[in-house]
This record gives sequence, structure tokens and C-alpha cells, in this order.
Amino acid sequence: MGFDQYHEPPDELPDETRTFARLCASLTEEAEAIGWYAQRIAIEKDHEARAIMLDAQGEEFKHFAMDLEFLLRRTPLWREIAQGILFQSGDIVEHGEEAEEGAVEDAAARGEPLAGSVSLGIGGLRGAAS
Amino acid sequence: MSHLLREHAPITEATWAEIDEEARERLVPMLAARKLVDFAGPHGWEHSATNLGRTAPLGSTPFEGVTARQRRVLPVVELWAPFALSREELRDADRGAADVEYGPLDEAARRIALAENRAIFHGWEAAGITGIAQASTHAPIPLGEVCSRYPRHVASAVEALLRVGVDGPYGLALGPAAYTRVLETSEHGGYPLLEHLRKILGGPLVWAPGVDGAVVVSERGGDFLFESGDDLSVGYEAHDTEQVQLYLLESFTFRVATPEAAVALTP
Repeated sequence: MGFDQYHEPPDELPDETRTFARLCASLTEEAEAIGWYAQRIAIEKDHEARAIMLDAQGEEFKHFAMDLEFLLRRTPLWREIAQGILFQSGDIVEHGEEAEEGAVEDAAARGEPLAGSVSLGIGGLRGAAS
Repeated sequence: MSHLLREHAPITEATWAEIDEEARERLVPMLAARKLVDFAGPHGWEHSATNLGRTAPLGSTPFEGVTARQRRVLPVVELWAPFALSREELRDADRGAADVEYGPLDEAARRIALAENRAIFHGWEAAGITGIAQASTHAPIPLGEVCSRYPRHVASAVEALLRVGVDGPYGLALGPAAYTRVLETSEHGGYPLLEHLRKILGGPLVWAPGVDGAVVVSERGGDFLFESGDDLSVGYEAHDTEQVQLYLLESFTFRVATPEAAVALTP
């Protein structure tokens, strides 16, 4: 059995990081399967076989979406950036730049620690008082 | 490796996590100013000054026919609160002891939180920080010890802010003595004074150790600006066979953008 989703010794990783890595690997596999079905469907001449593969690809769409939703729920910054890009009309690259900039600035405004920081992460406390 | 040098301390990862959690638990209730002012950052340990957007004229120039101005900045200040923990206690923490003696850490947390509160509310001349109560352009209102008059005093402060066009909601930083009096007091019919004050303010009422009397501030935002360089962290200094020397550290600037957005209530 392979453990390719880990780049660090699994024993040293916290449980939540291992779960996160498993779902990242699952997301990749679903995306690969969607691409494979797209190629098979493109060249298949038999209508019945195409219908089966279209149905199977639909399953992979669902799996991919569930994996993605799980990962976004566990990663607020990723979720915030995704919200600025997904299901929007217009220029995707422009939305991406704006979403990333806005999300990172918002995180900083909340006083979230800088990446790699070992601060206590207290930041601003507005809203913490009654 | 960060400037905190935590990797050099004879402290396990699990115990570092416990020390950080203990520090957070002690600091958060006492950091009254952060509950009322705007917080920006953290911008990192290298962040050294806040841009004030202002200049001062320079009397001389390197060559004739030119004029010069120098940019003004507010330099970041560092607050350090050293403390020592017993290595025997830390070894017990690794063994799973639930009653580890973190007294020196708790005391350091108290000192640095009070220093931050006092700098923000009452100023710190040597660091170039003007406190909210100092900066206020309104006449201070004597608070006194008679709790039944507190709603009147707080309402007067709110009215003073409204008169100069400073919107609410408003927050109240109450020094410990006044806060305790408020908690203990019910008005006619048993209605808690705390709730009455909250209704007048429309915003939070904060226990504020280090504050003399009380301060009413606007909570609309943009008036009181705390800029964090490195946010509160625990770092390592040295150790011997008995003790580990650690410290709590933060770097920041603070400035009042709207002096008329606060009213001081003196003890």
C-alpha cells in the first residue's frame, strides 16, 4: 500500500494534516478520472457505452465537488479565495487576483499570524468583549 | 529559525504548546485596549515604523536653491516581559502533570498586558505614544465612587461625542475598581447597572486593568489605530540546570487619529 500523499514522515504529522492530505489526494484522483472519462467518451462510437461512461463521469463530478467542499470548509483562507472565483462570470484571472489580494488583506486585518510565525495569534479582539 | 530562538530551549513541542495556551488564556481577558481599538497587522518583526504621512521642514540642504522636508514616522516599540520557569516543572508537564506551576508566566502576561493597556489609554511619552484619554479634546468627567451616578456620567460622555458628530456605537473601558462596583450594583427594581450602561453605549463594556477611571470611545472605527509588528509571542533567552529564562514579546505602534472620539472619566 502506498503513502504517496505524504511528503513528510506520516508519524510526525498531526491527524488533521493527514486527513487533509488524503482528501487532497482523493480530489486529484477524481479530477484525473473526470479527464480520463472525457477522453474515452470523445472517441467512443457505441451510444450505450457512451451513456454508461457519461453516468460514471457524473459520479466523479459529485465526488470531486464533495472533496473540494470538505477541503474548503477546513481551510478558511482557501474558501475565501474560492468564493471570489467560483461561479462568477467575467475574467477568471482577474477574479483570482482580486480574491487572493482581498482574502490575504482581510486575514491580516483580523490579526491572523503571518505564515511561519510562532506568535500566540491573539491579534485584534474587537467583538470579543460583551 | 525565528528571532524568538524557541528551538534552542530545552522544551518539548508539547510543552511549548501548553506554554503558548497558558499565555493566551491569561492575556486575552486583560488586553482591554484591543477590544476597543482598530488592529492592523501583524506586519512582522522587521516592521520598524508607521507612516504618518507628514513631514517636517529641514533647515539646511546640501546645495543652494533647493528646499527639503523630512518624512515623519512613528517608530515601533518593543515590549518585553521576562520570566523563568522551573525545568523540573517543565519535565512534569511532559509527564502529563495537570497542575504545572506557570505562575511566573501568568505574572509576565499581566505585566505586558497592563503595559499595553496603559500605553494605549494613558500614553507613553518616551515611546512617542499619546494615549486615548490624554488625546481627548473633551473636558474629563469625574467618575467618582457613587455607582448610581455612572449612567448619568456615561450618558454625558456619549452626548459630548454626539455633539461633535462622532457616531456610535460607543465602548467603555472601565478600570478594575469601577468595573467591580458596576458588577455589584443593581438599580431600582433590581435591573443590573451593567445592562443599563450597555444600553446607553450601544457597544461593549470592557474590564480594563491599567486604566485609571474609565474611558468612553467611539466604536465606529478609524479613530484609534493599533499597528502590530510582531504580535505577542513567547521567546527563549537562556537556561541552566534549574530554570529556563523566557520572555513575552510584542512590537507595535499606536496613534489616535480622532482625538474628539473619546471622553475620559477620571477616578
